[in-house]
Amino acid sequence: MRCVFSLLSAEQSQPVCQNASFIMKIIVKRRRGHLAALSIAAVVIMVGVPLWWRTTETYRAWLPVSQIQELSKLQLQLSADVEVVFSRGTVTPEQQKKLPLTQTQDEEHRVDEDTALSYRYETRYRTATVMEEDALNQPTAAEADLSLHTLSESPCGSLVVYVIPESSTLLPQDVDVYIGRRRTAFLRIGAKMRVGRTLEQLLAHMEPRVKQVLQVMSFSHTDITAALSDRVRLSPGNKESIADSMRAFKSSPGYEITFSLLNPDPKSHRLHWDIEGAAQTYIQPLLTKLAPVANFSMDSQTLYYAVLGVSPRFDSSRSTYTLNADSLAHVINPVEARLGSNAASSNPVLNFLLYVPDAHHSPLYIHDRKKQEVPSNAFHSPRWGGIMVYNVNDFYGPEAVFPVDINIDMAKVMGVFLAQLRLLLGVQSSSAPPGFLVAPCGTAGLADWELDRLMWSRSVENVATATTTITSLAQLLDQIGNIVINDNIAEQVSSAVTSLQLAVAELESGNLGFALQYSKEAILASERAFFDPSLLHLLYFPDDQKFAIYIPLFLPMCVPILLSLLKIISDARQKRRDKQAKKD
Amino acid sequence: MEMLTLLCLFSTYLLASSINIEENAGQFFSSGHTNNWAVLVCTSRFWFNYRHVANTLSVYRSVKRLGIPDSHIVLMLADDMACNHRNPKPATVFSHKNMELNVYGDDVEVDYRGYEVTVENFLRVLTGRLPPSTPRSKRLLSDDRSNILIYLTGHGGNGFLKFQDSEEISNVELADAFEQMWQKRRYNELLFIIDTCQGASMYERFYSPNLMALASSQVGEDSLSHQPDLAIGVHLMDRYTFYLLEFLEDIHPASKTNMNDLFKVCPKSHCVSTPGHRTDLFLRDPGSVLVTDFFGSVRKVELTMETINLTGHIKQWEESTSLRTGRARGIVA
Repeated sequence: MRCVFSLLSAEQSQPVCQNASFIMKIIVKRRRGHLAALSIAAVVIMVGVPLWWRTTETYRAWLPVSQIQELSKLQLQLSADVEVVFSRGTVTPEQQKKLPLTQTQDEEHRVDEDTALSYRYETRYRTATVMEEDALNQPTAAEADLSLHTLSESPCGSLVVYVIPESSTLLPQDVDVYIGRRRTAFLRIGAKMRVGRTLEQLLAHMEPRVKQVLQVMSFSHTDITAALSDRVRLSPGNKESIADSMRAFKSSPGYEITFSLLNPDPKSHRLHWDIEGAAQTYIQPLLTKLAPVANFSMDSQTLYYAVLGVSPRFDSSRSTYTLNADSLAHVINPVEARLGSNAASSNPVLNFLLYVPDAHHSPLYIHDRKKQEVPSNAFHSPRWGGIMVYNVNDFYGPEAVFPVDINIDMAKVMGVFLAQLRLLLGVQSSSAPPGFLVAPCGTAGLADWELDRLMWSRSVENVATATTTITSLAQLLDQIGNIVINDNIAEQVSSAVTSLQLAVAELESGNLGFALQYSKEAILASERAFFDPSLLHLLYFPDDQKFAIYIPLFLPMCVPILLSLLKIISDARQKRRDKQAKKD
Repeated sequence: MEMLTLLCLFSTYLLASSINIEENAGQFFSSGHTNNWAVLVCTSRFWFNYRHVANTLSVYRSVKRLGIPDSHIVLMLADDMACNHRNPKPATVFSHKNMELNVYGDDVEVDYRGYEVTVENFLRVLTGRLPPSTPRSKRLLSDDRSNILIYLTGHGGNGFLKFQDSEEISNVELADAFEQMWQKRRYNELLFIIDTCQGASMYERFYSPNLMALASSQVGEDSLSHQPDLAIGVHLMDRYTFYLLEFLEDIHPASKTNMNDLFKVCPKSHCVSTPGHRTDLFLRDPGSVLVTDFFGSVRKVELTMETINLTGHIKQWEESTSLRTGRARGIVA
């Protein structure tokens, strides 16, 4: 009967050689105990830990991270097509032989390390057709513009420049360039410039002028970099550019326009304004033309007993009441509390207020800093709207019976509101260079080339904003591992990425309309993904709280397993030691 | 000789006036914001926390007085003081003893009341992640040119703020929320004021630019309440907010007081705790930041110099307008 004390633990070191079956039972029991501990440990490690991991994992759908990384480095290329048409008398026959001619110019700008811009101008030079020559023979530039427009319509984003000889009577004496209502411009060159030169020299000579026209009618570097302000925090340039960037509303899928008539004195004045007709006739054409850029909704209201927050001062020299420019800033706040807004939408609101002063404070004029009357008698506030003061004291004499019925001249009022609307929407009426004559914008309130400029800057702004949104969303989701990413968010992100890539491609090929549409889709999808209510990260747990939660659950379970594992190991070591001793 | 002195005087006058114009123009552009928002949160409920509600309502009144309209204020209160059974004067919340000033009034617009004041709703308001059905008045619709004032009051500790006795917000979550606001350009500049115990711990973890923070007490200190009213039976206000309000009473919409004066509000002799502030993340010098840049709503205005000459006649509408009379009342879509 061999003593099998090598299987026994140190405690039971007395070999019980006599009772073999007793020993065997102990051995079996011990073995069973070891097996039990080992199998529990195996179950815990191989089944329990993965189960716990999977059930406490947050669901994260797949995101196209690599494509988002690519988008964070934005390389935008803007292309414009320009046609330069030489009319009779501007080129010599030798120069004419080389036409038609196409040139491409590229300009590269590096805005910062992540953003690069390149501008491509594809210029096509040709001579005028017979019909165009006829059209250019009109007495005034405006009529020539109209008849040229009936001949052919330039697509969105392109320009046509007609070069006219010095002898032409289309433009007045001191004006060299006329910018029409659509997408055409007239450029006058001197007669001495073309004699004795080759075509290349002529083109090189004309280039600065054509470039100036392009800066006015198409995109300019300052506008595009201003549109990138979401991506790139540029140091502020001159005061004008800061004011411009603060004034216009940011790109949004929709805007609400509210017209309000403020009547502080209904006892004296009974005001009638045909707001529906006026809005339909004067404002709606502009909004229809701007339909590719955004949706607009209009409403109107009348407020009675609404007063301005500032009391006007009486100017005895002119016997009128005046509001000076410094007090205007405090006018808006008391009124704003009473203006409503549409509770259902979150679109930005443009407010246009028409204030008719009460009978005791009429007439009321706004004075600028030099104490001169402002001709429009109106002022506007950046990103808010405009206020116009309309005096009605001329409509009735001193013996009138109150209340007096007054019909407001909506054409005058809408002229002011339309100008303010253009400024607030970012239709830039920057001062033209000297020698330029810009045609007035016409019944639609917006020239075609102004619309193109707006579309360029809006597309770039949308692309910049959408890329920043998507990259910051990806960064956020990466940093915070606890946020659940549902399938719909992943879908929105993918569609935003696709639309962005398409928008950049369309900008490169010069299709402005499609580029704007894709950029709008991209920004909608990216905003929806970023602002999805499910992405709320409420799951920050400091480390000591995590320990406090898991220790009471796992520690009681793990202690016996660990101890029995340790026991098994020490037993095995003991066995090996005994075997060693036995060998010796 | 007299001509020379006259000339000198005249030229200095011209220089002075041109500097004045430049300064005014500079003031126009220096702050870079076009609108103001305020998010005022009282995180406590129950009758014995009367002073927190009075704090928040007093700040609300000041902010409204200085020009921010209700549509630009998000007010979160448990709102269980005015109509509480223990309130001896129902429908009132007083901020000064002897019931001098009723801050509840009749034009208080509470956006989140009762059990809606939760950490989740607060973070949703800040980050903008609200469900689509949320009305406009409950949203913070700020843009990249908005200056936002955020005021929090309640019970807090080292690194956390207690919401309604049931949950907490930590300073890390708050800092992350502000960073998300910055990423989406939801503010131009942000002023964060907190009146709780150990309030300075809440702004320790901020890391986004253009944040300025003020707290009523340092880490390890308690913020104390000001004065009890024996008729109502509870403390009416906290010390820091009380002195802050006294400071704000002297501010009117055109005043030029700057932030350095705001930092001096409630010294240790009055407040017992040491108020703290943090300006290292703010890009402008605090001495050039006006108090009304955050507490008021001074609009920038420009005179409209151009008009458009419209000559066409108004097209007559058929059908639906023939029944209307000339006076337009109400909302016409």
